[in-house]
Amino acid sequence: MAVDYEQLRRDITWDVAEQELGYVEGAPLNLGYLCVDRHVERGLGDRLALIHEGHGGDIRQFTYRDLQQLSNGWAHVLRGSIFIRQLDRVCLFLDKVPELYIGFLGILKTGAVVEPLFSAFGEDALVARMLDSKVTAIITQKRHLGKVRKARERLPDLKTIIVIDHDEEGRKLREGEVEYRMMDHRDDRFQVASTYAESPSVLHYTSGTTGAPKGAMHVHGSVFAQYLTSKVVLDITDHDIYWCTADPGWVTGTSYGIIGPWALGATQVVLDAGFSSDRWYETIEKHRVTVWYTAPTAIRMLMKDGVEPVKRRNMTSLRHMCSVGEPLNPEAVRWGHEAFGLWFHDTFWQTETGSIMVTNLPGMPVKPGSMGRPFPALTATVVEPKTGQPITEPGRVGLIAIKPPWPSMMRTYWNNTATYYSKFLNGWYICGDQASIDSEGYFWFCGRDDDVINTAGHLVGPFEIESALLEHPAVAESAAIGKPDPVNMEVVKAFVALRPGFTASVDLELDIMNYVRKKLSPLAMPQEIEFVNKVPKTRSGKILRRVLKAKELGQPIGDVSTMDDE
Amino acid sequence: MKEMILEYIKNEYLDEEEAEDTKLDENTPLISSGIIDSFSMVSLKRFLEKKYVISIPDEEATPQAFDTVTSILVLVNRHLAKKGA
Repeated sequence: MAVDYEQLRRDITWDVAEQELGYVEGAPLNLGYLCVDRHVERGLGDRLALIHEGHGGDIRQFTYRDLQQLSNGWAHVLRGSIFIRQLDRVCLFLDKVPELYIGFLGILKTGAVVEPLFSAFGEDALVARMLDSKVTAIITQKRHLGKVRKARERLPDLKTIIVIDHDEEGRKLREGEVEYRMMDHRDDRFQVASTYAESPSVLHYTSGTTGAPKGAMHVHGSVFAQYLTSKVVLDITDHDIYWCTADPGWVTGTSYGIIGPWALGATQVVLDAGFSSDRWYETIEKHRVTVWYTAPTAIRMLMKDGVEPVKRRNMTSLRHMCSVGEPLNPEAVRWGHEAFGLWFHDTFWQTETGSIMVTNLPGMPVKPGSMGRPFPALTATVVEPKTGQPITEPGRVGLIAIKPPWPSMMRTYWNNTATYYSKFLNGWYICGDQASIDSEGYFWFCGRDDDVINTAGHLVGPFEIESALLEHPAVAESAAIGKPDPVNMEVVKAFVALRPGFTASVDLELDIMNYVRKKLSPLAMPQEIEFVNKVPKTRSGKILRRVLKAKELGQPIGDVSTMDDE
Repeated sequence: MKEMILEYIKNEYLDEEEAEDTKLDENTPLISSGIIDSFSMVSLKRFLEKKYVISIPDEEATPQAFDTVTSILVLVNRHLAKKGA
């Protein structure tokens, strides 16, 4: 049945989430408690909360009571043995293992701030994020310990490294490193910290065009938005088997891979294995997944294998599918319908917004290629870039803007309040993406308003890549842009001018690629390097990435009057 | 060829301490176990193309084809045979 959007605007308000979660204004509020203990207290402790499948096919299941006891175990050791205090920052640097999901809740129960880090980050990417937030402790595993140890030499505030899978036969732990086996520590009780709706909770770093990554600071009260959007957009109920394919190193993996679905009491599936279409279909079939939240890059990779592998499986459990990370192209939406008999519902939001902002809602006609309409509890529009005035003319491109406040909006950038305030214009929060709105109120994505590279749904800052490139002994000048890619939307392309004595070669290209991959992450690795005599810059030394991008796309390069042509 | 590819993977995709702890042979899952992700696969593909002077089309560079050194050898040998034909 088609939904009446205007009726939804009247019915869906943040108050609904507050009421359903039993929140009383001014009372303590803790995400860890809301996602776990609340369900146990309601008599739902035996309900399955997590089905975890490792890459070897081993399956582990956890009820809400398991989550409660094990997160209490984490909270006890963090508070009692590691001496973590409220507002300390604690990092999670783990593969998608159960300790990541349950440790996340345990950290929040202590009142500390949890900072998840993508497990493929290299040493420099780790240091940039952990140094900025002055992290006190990090939870990691054997296979990432080497990177953490190297980073630690540059992190004076890091007191403790907690290793979840240390074994006696392996390498000896050093001073400041402790072993913690989650499954050996269950506690029925823990005095959850007195946090409130405005208490800091999760710190997610995100990349911009200039400078180091910025830490978007979220609060415990974000749950009202994550709960309501999970319920209304993802259509999750407490009877669903839900699979979010995102890694909790990124915001989708926490907002909708931990907080939203568990606040609703759903059962989550986690697959800790690299991508393969067959394995993904097997996961849906085997675990009877009902709601699936994935990403355009993954959908386009599935498309490569056609619809036959889908048809060979029993996918009848699936009833709702959503997508996030980058615009979902019309072909992918249509392919999804052909393969599964369901529409992928595209959703738009970002690290800073904490929850879905513009979306296709269940029951709303899907226009393939459109981002959908604003989440009904929000006001969103497109505005003139210079004035912030809303654009009323259908089809005219402007900047996507959201009217603050909403519960999950970031409260600041860590150590960077000035940049936080620069995100607002004429009373609107400016997302940094361009779109137009059609006569029926649907948003259509047009591109980023800056040089940030969106690769496989992850934002990568060109400045970080250029800085890493400059540390390579052969590189004198560097620039990085996003090059269009049929699967990943964009991939990183670098332009490099060499130092005297170095000659361009395939060997050198490969060496530079791997250098950046190890320093930052595989996402930041240039997939193509073009050797140039010089990188175009303004006379004041600013890299003219738009000139490189225009050349790459075969477009006019525009005004180059400021270019240094010495 | 097998030893060279194994050595390259060990040196480039595992850090020193990780390499000590990881059992790596021609049948160790690389992509599905997370040792190499789909982005890093691009640099491994580039290495193979450079080393063996072949060109692997993108549509053949699938996670399945790169999941073990054994499957990589099949791919590389097929292209070497094509080149020699």
